[in-house]
Amino acid sequence: MRYLPLSDANRRDMLSTIGVANVDELFRDLPKAALAKAQITLPNSASEMEVERALGAMAAKNLNCGQGPSFLGAGNYRHHTPASADYIIQRGEFLTAYTPYQPEIAQGTLQAIYEFQTQVALITGMEVANASMYDGATACAEAVAMACRVTKRTKAIVSGGVHPHYRDVTATTMKFLECEVELLAPDPMAVEDLLGRIAPDIACVVVQTPGFFGHLKDHTDLANACHAVGALLVVCVTEPVSLGLITPPGRMGADIVVGEGQSLAGPMSFGGPGVGLFATREKFIRQMPGRLAGETTDEDDRRGWVLTLSTREQHIRREKATSNICTNSGLIALAFSVHMTLLGEAGFTRLAQLNHAMAVTLADKIEKLPGVKLIPNAFFNEFAVQLPKAAEGVVEALAQKKILGGVPASRFYPTFPELKNVLLLSATETNTVGDIDTLVAALKEVLS
Amino acid sequence: MTRPVTASGNQGLQLEQALIFEQDTPGMTAVDLPAAPKITERLGALKNTQAIGLPGMSEPDVVRHYTRLSQKNYSIDSGFYPLGSCTMKHNPRLNEKMARLPGFADVHPFQPISTVQGALELIDTTAHWLKELTGMAAVAMSPAAGAHGELCGLMCIKAAHEANGQGHRKTVLVPESAHGTNPATAALCGYAVESIPANAEGRVDIDALKAHLRDDIAAVMITNPNTCGLFERDAILIAELIHAAGAYFYMDGANFNAIVGRLRLVDLGVDAMHINLHKTFSTPHGGGGPGAGPTVLSEKLAPFAPVPQVVKVGESYIAEEHAGFGAAKQSYGRMKGYHGQFGVFVRALSYMMAMGGDGLKQASGDAVLNANYIMARLSTEMTPAFEGPCMHECVFDDRFLKGTNITTLDIAKALIDEGVHPPTMYFPLVVHGALLMEPTETESKQTLDQFINSMLSLARKAKSGLADAEFKAAPQLAPRRRLDETKAARRPILRWTPPASSAAKQAAE
Amino acid sequence: MSQMRFTKEHEWIKIDGNVATVGITQFAQGQLGDIVFVEVPAAGKVLKAGGEAAVVESVKAASEVYSPASGTVNEGNAKLPDAPETVNSDPQGAGWFFKMTLSDLKELDGLMDEAAYEKYCAELH
Repeated sequence: MRYLPLSDANRRDMLSTIGVANVDELFRDLPKAALAKAQITLPNSASEMEVERALGAMAAKNLNCGQGPSFLGAGNYRHHTPASADYIIQRGEFLTAYTPYQPEIAQGTLQAIYEFQTQVALITGMEVANASMYDGATACAEAVAMACRVTKRTKAIVSGGVHPHYRDVTATTMKFLECEVELLAPDPMAVEDLLGRIAPDIACVVVQTPGFFGHLKDHTDLANACHAVGALLVVCVTEPVSLGLITPPGRMGADIVVGEGQSLAGPMSFGGPGVGLFATREKFIRQMPGRLAGETTDEDDRRGWVLTLSTREQHIRREKATSNICTNSGLIALAFSVHMTLLGEAGFTRLAQLNHAMAVTLADKIEKLPGVKLIPNAFFNEFAVQLPKAAEGVVEALAQKKILGGVPASRFYPTFPELKNVLLLSATETNTVGDIDTLVAALKEVLS
Repeated sequence: MTRPVTASGNQGLQLEQALIFEQDTPGMTAVDLPAAPKITERLGALKNTQAIGLPGMSEPDVVRHYTRLSQKNYSIDSGFYPLGSCTMKHNPRLNEKMARLPGFADVHPFQPISTVQGALELIDTTAHWLKELTGMAAVAMSPAAGAHGELCGLMCIKAAHEANGQGHRKTVLVPESAHGTNPATAALCGYAVESIPANAEGRVDIDALKAHLRDDIAAVMITNPNTCGLFERDAILIAELIHAAGAYFYMDGANFNAIVGRLRLVDLGVDAMHINLHKTFSTPHGGGGPGAGPTVLSEKLAPFAPVPQVVKVGESYIAEEHAGFGAAKQSYGRMKGYHGQFGVFVRALSYMMAMGGDGLKQASGDAVLNANYIMARLSTEMTPAFEGPCMHECVFDDRFLKGTNITTLDIAKALIDEGVHPPTMYFPLVVHGALLMEPTETESKQTLDQFINSMLSLARKAKSGLADAEFKAAPQLAPRRRLDETKAARRPILRWTPPASSAAKQAAE
Repeated sequence: MSQMRFTKEHEWIKIDGNVATVGITQFAQGQLGDIVFVEVPAAGKVLKAGGEAAVVESVKAASEVYSPASGTVNEGNAKLPDAPETVNSDPQGAGWFFKMTLSDLKELDGLMDEAAYEKYCAELH
């Protein structure tokens, strides 16, 4: 077995040093009754080629997004990953290192985290960000739990314009914490009245920008109303590329900004692993979940970085910790950070402009189709449309033509008949005008 | 030998590297994009008109920046990493190659189900391997890491108690030696936590457990093999006691690498256990993640598993994405976006297929052999905390340093100068000045011997009292010497700020 | 005439009539190491004997400071949050945590005097 370096001669030598006759003696604490029952039926070891063949066959059964035009979003976005970004995260010194618990020999990871924290704070318009969470949905749940700790209240309101998975994960988490979450009905038209619901017993309100159905809204009034009753405003961002072009949540008065970094980090990979972004105000750092890298100096007075404020975390605070999170999304955070560094301010802004331009091009053409109504007036790279027939069937028909033509809202909300004909469409820099024409022509055919 | 003072601050191959923010060339970018089609913007009033503050760099400079940063890291690829309870084994590159196949990487979570049959098959096949290795009825695939898997297990337990009219059970028992995630998870699940002591042999004190098992106990969380590197010999009895008290047995699977392929959890009476794919199944730790923590469940807990769930119907697969429907009728809900850590599943399955059932059994055997070999050889100079045999890791306490000025921390830092990543220090908490060593099965005897020689030499040096200054100054050969953690925590600097504004800020203070 | 009393959790309380000052002992600061963060209670907070009153943290440890007696907080030491190192340098002086008005002087009878506390610490080694 190629991953195991011990030879039989090594094993014999080592057993004799230990003073036992065989390896089974080392397992003598395992209950005999259980050992006797262990029937494990699995294939034997396989060569690289055999594994490649088996997994390659599985991969080939999927229609991948490079095989035809694709316009899928709803929280995961197909962007181009620069070749050097994927190269850097495969360097063994990043890929095969552990959490930087020995800072003297982990300065590479620590400095990269510190740069990541700064980038996330800058694009969200916040003061501080942590080293990452699992994904956007779990980061959202953690934000609501944190808002409850900060305000010492137990009730949260979640907008119907927030990603349904973020809503569900938050509802699950808070249910077990025995806190109350009010999930407002899905809000494709962006007409819900949040201001009217602000009350003094609320810990936070959760909104998303750009909204799940594509709407761009200014949440400044909502932030002010929250602050007036001592509540926090939590803002979710599922498409961070948008922050290259639209007002960041921090400038609207958000207290906690959470998001999914996948779109800038790397492949969609069927939705995971992603990277949860988590940013807040400096005054709340001790209530924040997750790891933080901080600047300091070494004994020779050279600048360096360490993990800091660890007393918030489970390995020290145990049941009083701000979260149970340990492993986070380090490598995906690095991928995000490398891509951001490659882009720089100019590239990030241009990437956002290009995304918006492709989405507007798609919108301009699609709203001319008979019976199709574009829902949001203002959007970034994704918008909902109302179709004249059920979106799910339309998407299936397009898939037959190897076109991945959007995500039906009914996938998330099967029990809401009013969403049956709603389709989410997204366009990014990976689409061409030719792709858009192909989609529009196919859609015209499917709808007729 | 003293080092030359250089103008750059560099020391040969140890290169100093400024922050990206200090390398800014305004307007520079390393990403060229095609021209955008002409459009009329539809951003409403939300168009940003202010600068963000991101630095501009060229592609060569970015590649060099991260290459230099990477060279300041220790990693499994570069050396021995015996970090106890972390299972730092070799990460095969085949896994990376498989995860990057376009059929896996370039697949969107919300494509029509008919177009992702291969992805669902991959999840189902990974689940099959995990169920076969544990004998358990079901596995929840969506938890994102070990602690998230613990949460999944406890959520299933809470849901089951509530469904059975046992909602009054509000306390979870956790041994003193447990990893901090156990009590933190129980609290996050709305439970009170009580700790149970260990006996002198480093195992659960059965009498203390019995005394704590009241009718308000919801679950007992036990790591097995435990954090002292020992197998809980009484696991079956423990399960019987827990079940007789109407509670569930959560087993923390962080140390599954010791028993994989040899012993099934179902045969111990376990109700739930998470499996860290980034430990036992070789997916890379990536400097802190991502991981994956699929959680295997007994028949009693299986109905409450979170969504999404992959279900095979005839020859094809469906994904049950909503709690309350179909196979997920009693599911407690969703705890993670999308379909779980799919890219990590690909890597883990690639590893499992490569190893096979026979290779996995050999791996746990070699892992335990390596740990016992280290324990046997180091016991001549150091003090093992417990009698062996150990499982896949061995723990020493600091009695061998008694009467010296040297601490566990000093030994760890001196190991850095020896070119080895230090073992886990000061954990488990029940062992004074602990050094917890987990070699894993992917280290050769030659590597172990080299480590043992370093360790023995340090132990002798510490006892001699002749090298105190050297210990206190260690590490001297790493990219940094000991860093001031007190300063970092007292006045936290958690992000870069432009020098001008920081000067203004100081002036304001 | 003031008097000092000590708890098993290593708090000290200096009593002047029905008013008292509370902090952590020399022994406690030594065990914690470099203190990096302190949270003191706000004036008006009602405390119970043995209840959580303040928080003290070093780099690797966090612990609660329990109130040695019941009463109401008059003042938290406002200088501590910005200068937590004072607890290391002068734990039983400038490093005090809070002042309180005691509601039940009889509670103090159960606490140790200096000699008893020294003996108690010696036995912990």
